[in-house]
Amino acid sequence: MSPSTPVLPALLGRFGWHDLPFVRAWQNPTASEIIGAFAGGLVVVGAIAVAAVLTRHRWWGRLWSEWLTSLDHKKIGIMYVVLAGVMLSRALIEAVLMRMQQAVAIDAPGFLSPDHFGQLFSTHGSIMIFFMAMPFLTGLINYVVPLQIGARDMAFPWANSVALWLTIGGAGLMMASLVVGEFSTGGWSGYPPYTERDFSPGVGVDYWIWAVTLGSIGSTMAGINIACTIYKLRAPGLRFMRMQMFCWTSLCTAILMIFAMPPLTVATLLLALDRYADFHFFTNDLGGNMMNYANLFWLFGHPEVYILILPAFGVYSEVVSTFSSKDLYGYVSLVLATMAIAVLSFTVWVHHFFTMGQSANINAVFGIATMTIGVPTGVKIYDWIWTMFRGEVRFTVPMLYSIAFMMTFVLGGFTGIILAMPPLDYLVHNTLFLVAHFHNMLIPGLLYGMLAGYHYWFPKAFGFRLDERWGRRAFTCWVVGFYLAFFPLYVLGASGMARRTQAIFEPSFRPWLYVAGVGAFILLAALASLMIQLYVSIRDRAATMVEAGDPWDGRGLEWSVAAPPPEYNFAGLPHVDGRNPFYDDKHDAGRPDPYRSPTDYSDIEVPRGSMAGIAIGLGAAVAAFGLVWEMWWLTLVAAEVVVAALILRSFGRNQHRTIPAAEIAAEHEAWLARVRATRPIPRRLETQAINRGLAEVRA
Amino acid sequence: MSEPELAHAGLNLGPSAELTRDGAENAIFGFWIFLMSDAVIFALLFATYGTMVAGTAGGPTPASEFKLLPAFVETLLLLTSSATFGRASIAMKYAEPRRTLFGWLGATLGLGLTFLALEANDYATMVAHGAVPSRSGFLSAFYALTGLHGLHVAVACFWLVVMVGQVLAYGLDARVKINLLRLGLFWHLLDIVWIAIFSVVYLQGAIR
Repeated sequence: MSPSTPVLPALLGRFGWHDLPFVRAWQNPTASEIIGAFAGGLVVVGAIAVAAVLTRHRWWGRLWSEWLTSLDHKKIGIMYVVLAGVMLSRALIEAVLMRMQQAVAIDAPGFLSPDHFGQLFSTHGSIMIFFMAMPFLTGLINYVVPLQIGARDMAFPWANSVALWLTIGGAGLMMASLVVGEFSTGGWSGYPPYTERDFSPGVGVDYWIWAVTLGSIGSTMAGINIACTIYKLRAPGLRFMRMQMFCWTSLCTAILMIFAMPPLTVATLLLALDRYADFHFFTNDLGGNMMNYANLFWLFGHPEVYILILPAFGVYSEVVSTFSSKDLYGYVSLVLATMAIAVLSFTVWVHHFFTMGQSANINAVFGIATMTIGVPTGVKIYDWIWTMFRGEVRFTVPMLYSIAFMMTFVLGGFTGIILAMPPLDYLVHNTLFLVAHFHNMLIPGLLYGMLAGYHYWFPKAFGFRLDERWGRRAFTCWVVGFYLAFFPLYVLGASGMARRTQAIFEPSFRPWLYVAGVGAFILLAALASLMIQLYVSIRDRAATMVEAGDPWDGRGLEWSVAAPPPEYNFAGLPHVDGRNPFYDDKHDAGRPDPYRSPTDYSDIEVPRGSMAGIAIGLGAAVAAFGLVWEMWWLTLVAAEVVVAALILRSFGRNQHRTIPAAEIAAEHEAWLARVRATRPIPRRLETQAINRGLAEVRA
Repeated sequence: MSEPELAHAGLNLGPSAELTRDGAENAIFGFWIFLMSDAVIFALLFATYGTMVAGTAGGPTPASEFKLLPAFVETLLLLTSSATFGRASIAMKYAEPRRTLFGWLGATLGLGLTFLALEANDYATMVAHGAVPSRSGFLSAFYALTGLHGLHVAVACFWLVVMVGQVLAYGLDARVKINLLRLGLFWHLLDIVWIAIFSVVYLQGAIR
C-alpha cells in the first residue's frame, strides 16, 4: 500500500484516507481491492447487524449482566468457543480464497495482488492458531475441567474473565485490521528482519504484534488458572491418578502455556522495541541477530503444537471410552505418555529451522528428539484402539471424529518423521510438503478433537443434543475436504512448490491445485453444515432435551449433574474413590445411588459478575490500537482505564453472592424428581428422541 | 486427616478462618505459578543478553559503560528493601501496631524509589555519552533486561502505595493480607533477579 497523507495527525496518528479499504477499492477497483473492501464491509455490516438484533430484542442488558460480565467458568467457556467459531469462519474463508488464487494463478496473475495474498496467509495462520485453536481449547477446558474435578469454579474466576477479554481484544484487533489499514505480510511467525520497520513500514506488522501479544498474555493467565484449579480444587478423594484423562491433558497443556507463552511475549515485545524505539535485537545491522527471534519464537512455537494437540487427545480419550462403554485402556501409560510429550515438546524447537545454519550435530540431536515424540504418541493411539476392542462401540459423531483422527493423524505422523530427518527436511523445507504436514497434524489433532468435544459436551452445556444427521454431514465434509485439500499438497511440495506462493509458473501443478481447490470448497461446506446443524438443533431442541444430564452413559463427574448444570455445579461436593466415579455408581449395584440427595445442603458462595475484566481486555485492545496507529493519546487514555479497573477491582469488597441452602435444596430435589420420572434408555437408542439423559443400567 | 502444617510456600499467616475461606492457599500458590512464568521472561532476556553482549557494533562496551560502585549500592538498596519488606510481613503476621507496619512498608518504598533514582541516573550517564539502546544490539539487550527489571520495581512501588491505601480503607482483612503476601513474593523475586543482573551483567562486564 502506498503511504497516504495523514489526516489530523495529532488526533489520528498515521491514519490517512487511503487506509480505508473502501477508498482503496474506489480509487483502484481491481478484484483484489474489491475483495478487501468487501471483507471490511462485512465486518462493519456484521457488527451493525448484531447490534441491531440486540437492540431490537432488548438483549443488551441481559447480555451484559448474564454473559459479558459473568465470572461463571461455564459461561466464560462458552464465550471462548463462540469466539473460536467466529474466527474459524473468517480464517477458513481466507483459506478458500488462497486456494482459488493458486488454482487460477498458473502462468497468470490471478485475482489477488501479492500483497493481499501475503496478508491472507498471515491472518489465516495467526487466527487459526491464536484466535481459533487457543480459544476453542481454552473454552472446552474452562467448561469441562471444573465439572470433572468436582469444583464450583476455576481457582481465579476474575482472572478467567480478564484472560477471556484479552483474547477477545486480540481477535478484535485482527478484525479491525480488515476495516482500517492492512495486516502483516510476514506470515504467522512474523520473522524479522522482514518484519522490521526497514522492510515493513506499514501498520500491518504492528497489528500482528499487538494482537498476538494480547492473545499470548491471555493464554498465560488461562494456563496459570487452569493449572492452579487442577492442583488445588479437586474434590475430596480425587487423587491425581484418579483424574479423567481430559483433566490430565488440560493440566499438561496449562503447564505448557505457563512456560511456553512467555517466549512468545518476549519475541513480540522485543520486535516491538525494534520497530518503535529503534532497538537492534533482530536487525541486520548494529549487532542485531535474527536467530534470537527464530529461537525465541519456536521455543514458544513447538510447545504450542502440544498445547493445541493435548486437549484434543484428552477429548478422544473421553469419547472413545464413553462410546465403547469401557474403561480407558492403559490409563497409566496414557498419563505417562502425556507427561512425556509435554516434556519432550521443549526439546525439539530447532526442527523448525534445520536449514538456518546450525551445525549438523545440533540438527541431529533435535532430529532424534523429534522422532522420539512419535513413541508416546504411538502409545496413545494403541491405547485408544485397545479401548475400543470388544467394547460396545457406537458410531456417534464424536466417535467418528475420533476414528478419523486416529487414521489421519498417523499419516501426518509419518510425514513428520520424514521432516524430522534434517537431510530430507532440506529437500522439502518451505514447500507445500510442510504445509500439508502441519495441516495433517492440526486438523485431525486439534480441529476434529475440538469438534468431537463440542458434540460430546454440547448437551451438557445447553440441555439438548446436536442434530446427528447434520453432524454426520459436517463430519463427512471435514474428512473428505481435508484429504482432497491437503494430500495434493504433499505431491506439490515434494515436486518443489514453495509455500506462500501467489503465482505459479509450472503448468504441471495445475491438476493438483484444482483438486486442492475442490477440497477447500468441501471444507467450506463442512463449516456451513456445522452452522446449519446448530440452527436445526436449536429449532428441534424440544425433541432432544436431556435434562437428566447423562445422554451418553458418561463416566466422569460432569455427567452426574443436570444439563445445563446449575451455577454452583454441585449441590453437595462429591467424594471420589475411583477413576470412573459416576459410572461405577450407576452400574455397580453395591455402590450408592448416583442420584441420591446429599446428606445436607449448605449455602454456596458464587462470584458476582464484574465489568473489570471487559474493561481491562478491551482497554488493552484500544491501547494497542493506539500503538498501531501512533495515536499516543488514545494509548495513554486506554492504559489508564486498564490500570484504574485493576485498582478499583482490588478495592472492591463483597464480590460474592450467597445462594441459600433452601434454594439449592429446592432446585436439586426438583431435578432429582424429574430424573426419577425420566425413562432410562439402552445405548442403542442414545441418538433418538427417547434419550432424555438417563442411562439404562444393565442387569 | 490433619491439616498440613504449611498451607503454602513462603511466610504463612497461620490458621485463620477468614484466610481459609478466602482461599489464601490457592491465591498464594497461583501467584507462585505466575512468578515462575515471569521468571521465564527474565531467563529469556538473560539468554538474549548473553548472545548479544558481543554485538557492540564498534560502540560502547560493557567495560566502558558499567560502573560497579553504583551497581553495588543499588544491590545493597534492594537487599535491604527485601529485609524491610520481610519485617513488614512479620509485623502483619503478629498484628503489631499499624504504625510499625506502615513504618516498614514506608522504608521499603523509600529504598525502592532510591534504587529507581540511582538506576535512572546510571541510564542518564550512559545516554549522555551516546550509549543509547539504538546504538547496538548489546545496548538494546542491556536496556531491555535492566529496564524490564526497573519497570517491575516501579510497578511494585506503585502496588505498595495501593496496598497502603487498602490497609487504610479496610484494615488488615483477608484480601489485604493475601495481597500483601503476594506483593512480598513479588518484591523478593525482583531482588533475586537483580542479584542475577548484578552478577551476570555488571560483574561479568567489569572482568571482560
